[in-house]
Amino acid sequence: MKQFITFLKKEFAHVLRDRKTLLILFGMPVAQILIFGFALTNEVKNANIVVVDYAKDESSQKLLAKIEASQYFEIEKMVISADQIEKAFQEGVIKLALVIPSNFASDLAHQNHAQVQVIADASDPNTANTLTNYISSIVLDYQQELTTNAGIPYRIMPETRMLYNPQLKGVYNFVPGVMALVLMLVCVMMTAVSIVREKEMGTMEILLVSPFKPLMVVVSKAIPYLLLSLINVAVILLLSVFVLDLPILGNIFLLFAESTLFIITCLTIGIFISVKTASQQVAMLISLMGMMLPTILFSGFMFPIENMPVALQVISNVVPAKWFYIIVKSIMIKGLGFSGIWKETLILAGMTLFLLVVSLKTFKIRLA
Amino acid sequence: MDTVIQTEKLTKRFGDFIAANEITLEVYKGEIFGFLGANGAGKTTAMRMLCGLSTPSSGKATIAGFDVYRQTENIKKNIGYMSQKFSLYDDLTVLENIYFFGGIYGLSDKQLKEKSTELVKRLGLEREATKLVSSLPLGWKQKLSFSVAVLHEPKIVFLDEPTGGVDPVTRRQFWDLIYEAADQGLTVFVTTHYMDEAEYCNRISLMVDGRVEALDSPANLKTNFGASSMDEVFYQLARGAKRGD
Amino acid sequence: MEAVVVSNLTKTYGGEKVLAVDHVSFSVNKGELFGLIGPDGSGKTSIFRMLTTLLLPDSGVATVDGFDIIKDYRQIRNTVGYMPGKFSLYQDLSIEENLNFFATVFGTTVKENYHLIKDIYVQIEKFKTRRAGKLSGGMKQKLALCCALIHKPTVLFLDEPTTGVDPVSRKEFWEMLKRLKEQGITIVVSTPYMDEATLCDRIALIQNGKILSIDTPGSIVANYPDDLYAIKAENMYKLLKSLEGYSQRKNSYAFGEYAHVTFKTYSEENVKKHLQESGLKDIVIRKATPTIEDCFIKLLGH
Repeated sequence: MKQFITFLKKEFAHVLRDRKTLLILFGMPVAQILIFGFALTNEVKNANIVVVDYAKDESSQKLLAKIEASQYFEIEKMVISADQIEKAFQEGVIKLALVIPSNFASDLAHQNHAQVQVIADASDPNTANTLTNYISSIVLDYQQELTTNAGIPYRIMPETRMLYNPQLKGVYNFVPGVMALVLMLVCVMMTAVSIVREKEMGTMEILLVSPFKPLMVVVSKAIPYLLLSLINVAVILLLSVFVLDLPILGNIFLLFAESTLFIITCLTIGIFISVKTASQQVAMLISLMGMMLPTILFSGFMFPIENMPVALQVISNVVPAKWFYIIVKSIMIKGLGFSGIWKETLILAGMTLFLLVVSLKTFKIRLA
Repeated sequence: MDTVIQTEKLTKRFGDFIAANEITLEVYKGEIFGFLGANGAGKTTAMRMLCGLSTPSSGKATIAGFDVYRQTENIKKNIGYMSQKFSLYDDLTVLENIYFFGGIYGLSDKQLKEKSTELVKRLGLEREATKLVSSLPLGWKQKLSFSVAVLHEPKIVFLDEPTGGVDPVTRRQFWDLIYEAADQGLTVFVTTHYMDEAEYCNRISLMVDGRVEALDSPANLKTNFGASSMDEVFYQLARGAKRGD
Repeated sequence: MEAVVVSNLTKTYGGEKVLAVDHVSFSVNKGELFGLIGPDGSGKTSIFRMLTTLLLPDSGVATVDGFDIIKDYRQIRNTVGYMPGKFSLYQDLSIEENLNFFATVFGTTVKENYHLIKDIYVQIEKFKTRRAGKLSGGMKQKLALCCALIHKPTVLFLDEPTTGVDPVSRKEFWEMLKRLKEQGITIVVSTPYMDEATLCDRIALIQNGKILSIDTPGSIVANYPDDLYAIKAENMYKLLKSLEGYSQRKNSYAFGEYAHVTFKTYSEENVKKHLQESGLKDIVIRKATPTIEDCFIKLLGH
């Protein structure tokens, strides 16, 4: 028994004296609880929707007022044509559109029932469902109001159309997200570990005292993982298409090109981490812990970013996975071409360049 | 003379490879026994069997009177061990290390207190007693390591290349500790690459390719091999070794 | 021309806390086999790392082949050969692949400079397809040396190349170095083994970041200030204890078979008498030639 206690004392000493590990041990759960507490919400607030009001009469105005009064939606009313609705969806500016037909008021007056059209972006089926439900309940509410006031039953039927993913399949959301996650983890961790391993083993010393340029060392370590990751992408896509029945509406080459860009971004992050760390263990810890959580949270595939507090939304802009997720969804599910994703591509390219420059500048050409 | 280590054709096989081949030797109480051999000759394998850390494939051995197959726990209680690779915990203080290792070997609190005060005084470490071991220079770490290894007054202490890389003065101070301990009846089993240290031993065994090729006092070995130094004896025996290269 | 010139080099670690290299100065002549002799922690590796441009000194200057270690690091990196302590090589690559890799990194081929490494390489050639991770310590050393030489460096820095290796392999290694010297390569070696010091042209003894002495081994030994005696008895421990009690003793310590002793005043009779009174038998006393180790011990202040 005494031996056991002696051992216990020693183990406590080891743990308490390792400041870095303590930080992770205590800091991480706190960070996680806070972030999950704020980010984790499936409720929708202030979702951007578009209302196309062909009627522009008293009834439609009343309906609109009700919608505006709810906290769920922010109306951008200025859309007029079907084309513009389409564009708004493609750009990802809105998740839902409500179309009120021109004969809304007259239908209500003469027939006691009318229709409205609800179009939702179902590339994220959960959000689409939630939003359509909210709109439907508001419409129902209005319907009840009319019924109560008039004493006769009114009916307003929302006709729902789910864009991009009529069957509301989860994989539409899930596969792009997993792609981002897998690429991120593999590329970042593998590159970081590979470079740090040379440092740990001592072979980096020899390389430094040679004509071989640091840039070459770094690039030659990244390229095998680039190729392997592209194969990974191909495998994921094959599985998605043939096993999960996920269609690829857009251009496959564009998809691969964008994937290549994202892979390079991740490799650069790996390089950046390796420049700052000295042991493989720390490199792995940072790559896994430091990258996994933000990617899952802030890429938007599990928890819609629009529902997060503003501060977290801002942070999400710095997470490359977020932009890649949008790009993949746009190509695969919305069938967009380069014109639809040039902004996100530019952002990713910019991040990569920035990280690359910083990594190379801070790459230690000396040991200390 | 009491025999503290006795082996008979002790062998260790790893698959087809015979790492240690029919080791037969005797070590007496209070002896400083040198265990020499080139890298890969089988020294570490042999030592691990003697420490009760590795079960032999065949052969017999008793360590401190305990059978090496059936009574390994008793063996471990009666021996001390120190190697160059690991000795003390860097992130614990001098005193914490002493208390830890002493506690593991079952020393009472009273004994721990007494012995730690005595040890610290003898090594001149009073000012460093509450400092982390990592802050000590290598030579002091070695000496402290040895003292901790014999804290529980074992019958035999196994030292695996204890003085590697240390300056000449500290090396001799280390051997002073070994001499003192041997004088008080502790048997010291030491491996080393320093041939002058081989001279400090009462007897030496030299392993080549898994076998013990020579076992005698340094003086006799030199006479038998017509050599003027242990260096030459080693060279003559180990030069033809097949293993290792 | 001097191949390496070091002037007042200083290095501290941990923000002023550890003074690893304390105003060290020395120079190495072209084609010389120069030894940096000292125990672990004496500053050898730090000095090597500064000279191979891997670390920046806190103060002081140094040049290798005329190039400044701070400003001209690129040139130095193109021309020196470096074998760090505990060199691990690429474990997953074979002997052949490792050698080819390092040759290519330096813009040359194995063929071009094969004559430099031939003597060493033939000893490991028959294992050339074996992975470096599976080699014995002695073989790894030889491979590491080949890799450091393959680009025909002007100066070769070897940091503790024989540490942890048995005496036979150590001897062979130094014989290889001697033959390399004949090729005109300047070799700077560090080692904790005092007996290897005599194999160098000139040596610098170093301890705690300070240089204790620089000279040829012969001169250092010749400058030993005291008369050194070797005394043998049937029991070293008893002998040492007895000597400690001898009033005229200056210093005494074990040295293999004999104890080495220096005296304040020497009288063979008195010494013998004192030892016999302690109960010692088979006493032999003779004069001894100091070795580098004796000089080192003396310089450490004892």
